[in-house]
Amino acid sequence: VAEVEKKIIEAFEVFDHEGSKTVDVREIGAIVRSLGCFPTEAELHELLSKVEEEEPTGYIHLEKFLPVMTTVLLDRSFRPIPEDVLLHAFEALDEKKCGYITKEELVRYLTEE
Amino acid sequence: MGSGNSVNANYKYSLQKSENAFKAAVLIQQWYRRYVARLEMRRRCTWRIFQSIEYACEQDQIKLHNFFSYLMDHFTPSSSKERDFISRMFISGESFKEAELEKYCDYESLEVPDSYTGPRLSFPLLPDHATALLEAFKQKQQLHARYVLNLLHETRKHLKQLPNISHVSTCYSEEVTVCGDLHGQLDDLFLIFYKNGLPSPSKSYVFNGDFVDRGKQSLEILIVLFTFLLIYPKEVHLNRGNHEDHMVNLRYGFAKEVMQKYKVHGKKILKMIQNVFCWLPLATLIDQKVLIIHGGISDTTDLDMLEKIQRNKFISVLRGKKRKESNRNVEIQELNGETKVEADPPGSETAPSLPLQPRPSQAPSMANKLEFSRWVRQTVQEQIDWCRRLVDISESEDEELTYSSVVSLTDLDKPCWTRQEECKQILDILWSDPMPQEGCRANTVRGGGCYFGPDVTEKILEKHNLQFLIRSHECKQEGYEFCHNRKVLTIFSASNYYEIGSNRGAYVKLGPDLVPHFVQYQANKTAHTLTMTQRQGFPVALVEESAFRALREKLFAHTSALISAFKAYDKDNTGRITLSNWATAVESVLHLGLPWRMLRPQLVRSTADGMLEYKSWLNDLAMEQRSQEHIQSSLLEVIYRNRSNLETIFRIIDRDHSGLISFEEFHQTWKLFSSHMNIELTDDGINDLVRSIDFNKDGNIDFNEFLEAFRLVKQSQ
Repeated sequence: VAEVEKKIIEAFEVFDHEGSKTVDVREIGAIVRSLGCFPTEAELHELLSKVEEEEPTGYIHLEKFLPVMTTVLLDRSFRPIPEDVLLHAFEALDEKKCGYITKEELVRYLTEE
Repeated sequence: MGSGNSVNANYKYSLQKSENAFKAAVLIQQWYRRYVARLEMRRRCTWRIFQSIEYACEQDQIKLHNFFSYLMDHFTPSSSKERDFISRMFISGESFKEAELEKYCDYESLEVPDSYTGPRLSFPLLPDHATALLEAFKQKQQLHARYVLNLLHETRKHLKQLPNISHVSTCYSEEVTVCGDLHGQLDDLFLIFYKNGLPSPSKSYVFNGDFVDRGKQSLEILIVLFTFLLIYPKEVHLNRGNHEDHMVNLRYGFAKEVMQKYKVHGKKILKMIQNVFCWLPLATLIDQKVLIIHGGISDTTDLDMLEKIQRNKFISVLRGKKRKESNRNVEIQELNGETKVEADPPGSETAPSLPLQPRPSQAPSMANKLEFSRWVRQTVQEQIDWCRRLVDISESEDEELTYSSVVSLTDLDKPCWTRQEECKQILDILWSDPMPQEGCRANTVRGGGCYFGPDVTEKILEKHNLQFLIRSHECKQEGYEFCHNRKVLTIFSASNYYEIGSNRGAYVKLGPDLVPHFVQYQANKTAHTLTMTQRQGFPVALVEESAFRALREKLFAHTSALISAFKAYDKDNTGRITLSNWATAVESVLHLGLPWRMLRPQLVRSTADGMLEYKSWLNDLAMEQRSQEHIQSSLLEVIYRNRSNLETIFRIIDRDHSGLISFEEFHQTWKLFSSHMNIELTDDGINDLVRSIDFNKDGNIDFNEFLEAFRLVKQSQ
């Protein structure tokens, strides 16, 4: 567990510009993902609500982040879905079955509600 | 209602389909965002590696102090030859009186052959000369030494008339362009001129220091800048940077560049340049509202003091006291009937009456900045004070004499600051960095100047009624960065500073409204043809490789210390340690403050079950260096670890800048160094060194070649 915590602290500190044990809330996604997790946006929001202050300041403190993230890693939440499923996903979007989707289409799918 | 059913079925189908599409999209998004995040993490880690290695190198200066003081303490010269040798380390160059300088760096006697096809300058310079120079440099031509020296003489004459703080007004030339560090990267200067236009009566420029070192065309940059300075004296302003300093030039490549390009006259050119750098103004003020300095400020920064001190006394701020060169003092001495005698080289005799060298304790890790800063503040200050006191011994009397003479003969209300106070003012201006926390503390990483907080900035701005500060000194990925609530702007004009694609360069334009407008650029054709990762503004894989190579070299240089550290975690002597312990051990040895667990996959190729066989890992690192098998491995390590300092020492000894030192001097250096480093090195060992690398040139040693032999080879995959 100590090892997991050290990893989390390291990743956190890479984004901690001021050495103040806080990071911008917008960087949490990058930190979580670089630790090997694949959360969806929704899952990320849920996580954020657990680590934010009662009155969100735009900054997340390490002391709040650490326990939550440790649990995430130990429980192996947000594991990646295997690559062949990813392939299926692309195929599902490829309506015309031509083996590719254009950038515009992808952007459209990803940004739609 | 068959059709109704089918409509229903159709509806259900399309609903299913869009649900699928949604799920698919989310999945792809998950993967994509993870990919981007990993890239971002790698980018930041790479940046951290470069920065920490760059700044750790500046700490070498402290190590050099240690070495010199060690010599003072322990070395009793047994012969006059040895004494001369030692004394040479402490005189980095005699200071010249005006007339002597002219004579020594005389250019008129230099004949320019008809075969010379480069630009020919005549003074006073005209805009055509500037364009001719730019064109010539684009064609990779070299300016004849005569013109270089002539230009330097004229530049010095001009700079002497300038005050310490230049004043610029936006009402004359509507816009002022401020550029940051250039570090010998001529391509960037060309880019700036191309995008922004050449200096002219309607185009003002301020160049904020660090024109030289690291890049390969430092001299060309100086020539161009000085030329424009002389053609448009009202519009072009130069600030001194911490690299406009001879001691720094010896270490970071400018001295080497000059000697390589001008084999015969290089020494003169370097001497002149020393005497030009010390006359560069220290700061620029725009409309009395924007202060431009190279490094930063400290809580003791006093603009009034800065305006009044004699800036040319400080040829090198790092070495502490230099012998006075100011004309006024010379005149006084002559008036007093003193003849200027070259004092005995201070420190040539180890004087037992000298205060004992304070022994620095083991440095704590860089990751704990507060502790580290306390340690270094103590150490650096002690070392600097001690070195200064040493050098001061023969001169302290002189100083008081002269000062009192000055006071009695000239204006009586001129305040007398101590040399140390003045030196600190300049040191702070040229070397400081901003920090996010409030307060002001010693800049431990660089070994000079301070870290200053937003409160320090606020105070200075308020005291002198300023709007904001512009400084350079630190590489920024976008070429510029604000901090301290937008009151401090860092501007950095050397793109691709660490590696191709590592960062943009930028310059800032200010109009009468003093609102900054930025222009960014990146000088390198290949940088534009990079792949998708370039959209992040940073080709991760390429730059990463470079960073890791540097890191591996550093690891190799600490092999023995690492082995000891690993062994401490491997009590049973299995030859293996956990990856977690590996990370802790590495940090305890290197003190770089890097996220080792994040970097581990790139440094340690394969691990079985989370354990690392450290000996074979270290062996792999050793494989990367050139074939020096016959050299004792601990010696090899020492060379790698101290290469930068060794180079500096060699250059100091090599007074005529020939790139060669005698075998005897080489021998001496090694003996001293190895005893300081506690390494057994017999005479045979030294001979082996010389022979094996085969850089012996009739009894002289080409130390450039010697040092080149000790670089890690690029790892071929």
